[in-house]
Amino acid sequence: MDEILTRAKKVAEQAEVFQVSSRRTPVHFEANRLKQIETKESTSLALRIMKGGRIGFSAAAGSIEPDALLNHAVDTAQFGMPARFDFPNPKAYPHIETFDPETEKVTIDNMVTLGERLIATVRELAPDILCDTSVTKGTISIRIANSQGGEASYDKSFFSLSLEGILIRDGDMLFVGDSQSSCHPLLDFKTIADEVTWQLDLAKREAAVSTGTMPIIFTPRGVASALIAPLILAFNGKMALDGASPLKDAQGKQLFDRKFSLWDNPLLPYQPASRPCDDEGVPSQQNSLIDNGVVSQFLYDLQTAALANTQSTGSGNRHGGLPSPSPSSLIIDEGDVSLEEMIKNMKHGLVIDQLIGAEQGNLFSGAFSGNVLLGYKVDEGEVVGRVKDTMVSGNIYQILKQLEAVGQEARWIGSFLRTPCLLCSGLSVATKTG
Amino acid sequence: MRNQVTDALKGQNADYIEVRLEQGLATRIAYRGERLEEIGTTTSLGGNVRALIKGGWGFVSFNRLEKLRDNIELAIRQARLVGREESNFSHTEPVVDLVAAETKNDPATIPLATKKQLLDEYNDIILRTPKIQTSSVNYHNSQRKVTFANSDGTYIEQNKVDIGLRLTAVARDNNEVQQVGLSLGSNGDFSAIEGLQDQVKEAAQRAVSLLSAPQAKGGEYTVILDPVLAGVFTHEAFGHLSESDFIYENQQMQEMMVLGRRFGGKHLNIVDGAAVPGLRGSYKYDDEGVPATTTYLIREGVLEGRLHSRETAAKMGEMLTGNARAINYLFPPIVRMTNTFIKPDSVTLEDMLSDIKEGIYVKDWYGGTTSLEMFTFSAGEAYMIRDGALAELLRPVVLTGNVFVTLDNIDAVGNDLQMNEGGGCGKGEQVPLPVSNGSPHIRIQRCLIGGG
Repeated sequence: MDEILTRAKKVAEQAEVFQVSSRRTPVHFEANRLKQIETKESTSLALRIMKGGRIGFSAAAGSIEPDALLNHAVDTAQFGMPARFDFPNPKAYPHIETFDPETEKVTIDNMVTLGERLIATVRELAPDILCDTSVTKGTISIRIANSQGGEASYDKSFFSLSLEGILIRDGDMLFVGDSQSSCHPLLDFKTIADEVTWQLDLAKREAAVSTGTMPIIFTPRGVASALIAPLILAFNGKMALDGASPLKDAQGKQLFDRKFSLWDNPLLPYQPASRPCDDEGVPSQQNSLIDNGVVSQFLYDLQTAALANTQSTGSGNRHGGLPSPSPSSLIIDEGDVSLEEMIKNMKHGLVIDQLIGAEQGNLFSGAFSGNVLLGYKVDEGEVVGRVKDTMVSGNIYQILKQLEAVGQEARWIGSFLRTPCLLCSGLSVATKTG
Repeated sequence: MRNQVTDALKGQNADYIEVRLEQGLATRIAYRGERLEEIGTTTSLGGNVRALIKGGWGFVSFNRLEKLRDNIELAIRQARLVGREESNFSHTEPVVDLVAAETKNDPATIPLATKKQLLDEYNDIILRTPKIQTSSVNYHNSQRKVTFANSDGTYIEQNKVDIGLRLTAVARDNNEVQQVGLSLGSNGDFSAIEGLQDQVKEAAQRAVSLLSAPQAKGGEYTVILDPVLAGVFTHEAFGHLSESDFIYENQQMQEMMVLGRRFGGKHLNIVDGAAVPGLRGSYKYDDEGVPATTTYLIREGVLEGRLHSRETAAKMGEMLTGNARAINYLFPPIVRMTNTFIKPDSVTLEDMLSDIKEGIYVKDWYGGTTSLEMFTFSAGEAYMIRDGALAELLRPVVLTGNVFVTLDNIDAVGNDLQMNEGGGCGKGEQVPLPVSNGSPHIRIQRCLIGGG
């Protein structure tokens, strides 16, 4: 890594090397049985240079001759975008806890037992259910160094537990599931087991729903599957810069309900998406995206920030290529109404736990339309059963403008979102008539 | 290379072991609006080992190729921890073969400057269109050399090329934002993405016209799907259900998907096959060393076959189909589609339209997904049908349904098969896998459309 940086400095004005090495051990169960144990080791190296004022990029997974990596970057630099920023100087980074040595120490036997017990617990309630479960532990090491003296490195541990169950009765399929992740070992499967138990319980009966407009409670999983993708796009600084984001001129404007606040927070201890700096070596910071309904901040990497005459928000993340703006952990603030109260006060409506296809529409416009994979009908303050063959449509900018209520209890969905339930009104529901 | 791999496999104790080594080179070019966002080259060198013992699997992936024997032993140790029953794994004749990529206009021989010039031209066409706010252009081409060897004595080297292009035009009028995309791909012919100027222009103009288009009212309609969207429908709604890894351990699914079950009318024939030549899902051997085939999934409306890996075929006692695929060395092969399509029948589009009083004509796609039983797929373009003729343009719509009902509601299959090679398929973490899908125009009665 140091050798590549030294060589790159000789041919380019500025250079940066980004190295990731990781080791993951997933244990997979299929159809209730232990199926496969994996070990995945990987190392990759990315080189970004500024030559002739333009950005060149190359990356390699596995070994590569330093000259080959450098030549690829030099070749692309002649066509690359003009660099508008300098690689960061040495910085002081916040101290964020992302590594727990206990995670690595969890044995494969322990992981197997954990998966077996989780499946056994779920099967007590639904003996015919078939569960696919994964228990994964891993570590990842990141190192960034650049020609301006900037240098950052950190280690992260992660542990995740997930379950997807399918229950088939009389030609009907019911899908339940949940997942959880942390930098700590997750040796207690109760959170997932409770969630899946709740889903199975509510789905015991089926309920008919009629086509029309009605209020909907999105559970945290429902929020993640229906409402978040358009917001991630809209708060991407690139989209704001291009004008594709519907929020491009909305900074400071009250476009959302006062009860709605959204944060990007990479500083939370032991969260898998937390980190002391982004993938360009910019120190992590908490970013307010929506503050009591007011649009406050877009997310930027170095280049996009420079083009937009602003500062990087420490949001330059790499997904195999050059860094681009994306959130770390998204946090929606809690409100003051419990899920039980939301249901109790609902005359006719739905609880949506999982929508499929909602992220395939026109994400820029905020319009979504998805099939209810897991959802329930509420009648006169009570959940009366599961709904099927039903489509829910709406526009996130309309429904988040006037939220009926925000849940008082938030939970994590994977490692990317922590959200409470949201009670929204005026969604369009379409269903098969026969 | 061959000796190194076959030597490492010698003297190992497992029911089955395979080794896969991969060398890859990929170029990516991406624009957002006028800005070239990314132009870069990525190389990869890595491999994996998979071992089967008593029905349990061990899998190891790595970038360091020098310790192959250690990695084989690790995979075996892991498999031993899992295995508790008997291994079921279909036999396939060992082969030794070297397979070159079938390139016509190999993207590797085309200078970066030429590729960039072509993309510049498309991007300019979009951005010059009035009321277009921005664009995005994503291009990639990759070449991979995959070396595969297993404990049966198979040794195969396959060279693969993949090309993909996705263009998006984003139109804006005040707070209204609409977009139209165009996706293309090829397994080795760069000319597949050349000469698209007229299509690009038309897509950009359509994005603008969507700004003033109304939204469909949600509910059930008679719907006609164009070949592109019908291809996505075939892939999503039925193709995934034909992947035997969803079925082989699930008794109830086996009952629902029993061979001989009627799914639709006699006009309905659905096929998947990597042996269909020259498409993005085509290959000679799958990632378990099984020769590619062409499989009838539905023949004349009746379920006839499904897609298999060596394990699922053995457990279900069915013939191998050569559908075990991995997107790269980081993953074990799983059952995947290749080139999936509805075979043409004889109805013309005019005839399909003629007896519809009120319906929706849907074209093109944003994407689609499935939960096996339920599917949703998004049209890129939609028009009302009134009194047998196409009427006003609509905002993009999402179609959804239950596959077991919907296939039977197809009441007309067209005569105009077209294959679509854009996009890629995702399953679990393995995305995007090069596939193609296709269909003639089809008509579906009582299809559920999401409203605005």
